[in-house]
Amino acid sequence: MAITLSTRPSGGAAQKRRQTPLDAAKRRGSEPGTTRSSRALTNLFLLALIVYFVTPLWWLIVASTKSEAGLFGGTGGALWFDQDFALGANLVELFTADNGLYLTWIGNSFLYALSGGIGSTVLAVLAGYGLAIYRFRGSRVFFAVLLGAVMVPLTALVIPTFVLLSEVHLTNTVWAVILPSLLNPFGVYLMRVYAFEAVPTELLEAGRMDGASELRLFFQVALPLLRPALVTVLLLSVVATWNNYFLPLVMVNDPKLLPVTVGLGQWLSLSRQGAAEAQVWNLVVTGALVSIIPLVISFLALQRYWRGGLSLGSLK
Amino acid sequence: MTSADTTLAAPPAPPRGAPRGAPRRVSAHARRQRWGWFFVAPFSAVFVLMLVVPLAYAFWLSLQTKTIAFGSTFTGLDNYVKAFTDPAFLEGVWLVTRFSLVLIPLQMLVSLVAALVLDALTSRFAAFARLMMFIPYAIPVVIGALMWGFLYSPQFGPGAQVFGLFGLDSPSFLAPDSIFGSLVNVVTWQWAGYYMIILFSALRGIDPTLYEAAKLDGAGAFQTAIRIKVPLISSSLVVILVFALIGTLQFFTEPQILRAVASGAISASYTPNIYAYSLAFSYSQFNYASAISFALGVVVFLFSYLFLFLTRKRNGVF
Repeated sequence: MAITLSTRPSGGAAQKRRQTPLDAAKRRGSEPGTTRSSRALTNLFLLALIVYFVTPLWWLIVASTKSEAGLFGGTGGALWFDQDFALGANLVELFTADNGLYLTWIGNSFLYALSGGIGSTVLAVLAGYGLAIYRFRGSRVFFAVLLGAVMVPLTALVIPTFVLLSEVHLTNTVWAVILPSLLNPFGVYLMRVYAFEAVPTELLEAGRMDGASELRLFFQVALPLLRPALVTVLLLSVVATWNNYFLPLVMVNDPKLLPVTVGLGQWLSLSRQGAAEAQVWNLVVTGALVSIIPLVISFLALQRYWRGGLSLGSLK
Repeated sequence: MTSADTTLAAPPAPPRGAPRGAPRRVSAHARRQRWGWFFVAPFSAVFVLMLVVPLAYAFWLSLQTKTIAFGSTFTGLDNYVKAFTDPAFLEGVWLVTRFSLVLIPLQMLVSLVAALVLDALTSRFAAFARLMMFIPYAIPVVIGALMWGFLYSPQFGPGAQVFGLFGLDSPSFLAPDSIFGSLVNVVTWQWAGYYMIILFSALRGIDPTLYEAAKLDGAGAFQTAIRIKVPLISSSLVVILVFALIGTLQFFTEPQILRAVASGAISASYTPNIYAYSLAFSYSQFNYASAISFALGVVVFLFSYLFLFLTRKRNGVF
């Protein structure tokens, strides 16, 4: 079975007429059947959506301003502030608990997310470009295998990889988290699809006429063209590594090597099972809030890239 | 196509770009294609070391059984026979199957309706709603589960307050018979926005003149949505369905986190992944855990491959 790729946006037939002067302006001008009441109805629907999606975050913000006692029996209820505003005290306690263990976790999360994210993106760009541009022996088979690998559930690899790495005494080191995070078949797939469209063969041929080496063509001709997809794959893999829980949970148990996701999970079960003095509910909540700040900021700041990237993520 | 180029360019005349005089067995064109291996080599190394070798090793381990008396002995497919007759494993499989059947249609409905509504509006409010809906994607699954765990909890959550307004008792979200629905809610919250953005971008790719044509034919907003928009984004729908399926079958983080708050409602074999984790790290049964991991991997792979194959006319992947 030949594997060919259609990268055309869905709605293939519509494509030809794409360039007609009727465009976005038209879309805006006429929303069919817009009446005052239906508009109110849709806005109400959107409001409900916003409330649903924001409530947990609102709760988190409010709860992180509460002391341990305020969390259990505050004056304002669960969704409003307590009379005792303890955010400052919580933050101080968070960053000083266990000799600043929380900061170590955040640092580890950055280490894992950046090294895994950057590493896997470099591998993906190289491999995606190689697959898109060259027809080497076995490239078709390679692509078929890659497509299959996209569908292998990564969590099913965690325990096998743990057993393997423990044979070579790499578990409970940073490598046990970083090395498996370098594997990103989906990133290669995205880069392959994108490079196929974005790098014209004529341009490479012209470069070859001028005597440019294949490496130089990659760095100076292709790489700038691949930048949008590169940013997308980088963002997707950094976020995936930052959010990963199962892998570091299995791979490391030294508290100093944990990323913040696993660390908070441990504080949570400690608070659940532990005696009263071991309970750190306020730290779990404040720690959760602080840990999502970097991603939410990068997210809002890089909105443009996210939007472009996600349509790419839909494979079209 | 490329092979034709190579044969044409081969022996008689040296290809145009090549320096004269150098005798070549293979044309420069064919030779150049070998650079492909150079570019894919680093990824291939990671692919082999972190995917092929672990899977092969897990398969090898799963064919053995370790006992204190005899050490490791080769037991063939015994571990698989054991797995597929193990009620704990089968219940886990049944749970993720049921979970997919409930969650995926719900999630797709929410994200599709939201995408269609947001596509029809251009107000700032709609843009804001889109952003808010997408925010959970930036939040780690652990934190998402943790927040909902607190919201569900009778001590911390607003349940009593909110239901109290209507004079009702708060349902116990973390009780054994309601934990399923509570988990469905957590996952929907976490991912619906991501799927919505994928569908939204696909909708934006549709040629607006099609809507004009539909309008001339007398189609209303609802009919345009159902008859034109949905069929045109079917490839994106298939893709998110596969994403959701792959994600759900390897369900782990959310129930694992909620276990810490919902005592008793989530067992150590609630999903196959949790079961494999407990077997490996609570009972040190690495051989059996490997068998379960491997079986899970194969089943998910086959399901999604089969699904993509059956929908190949729509998804554009094959």
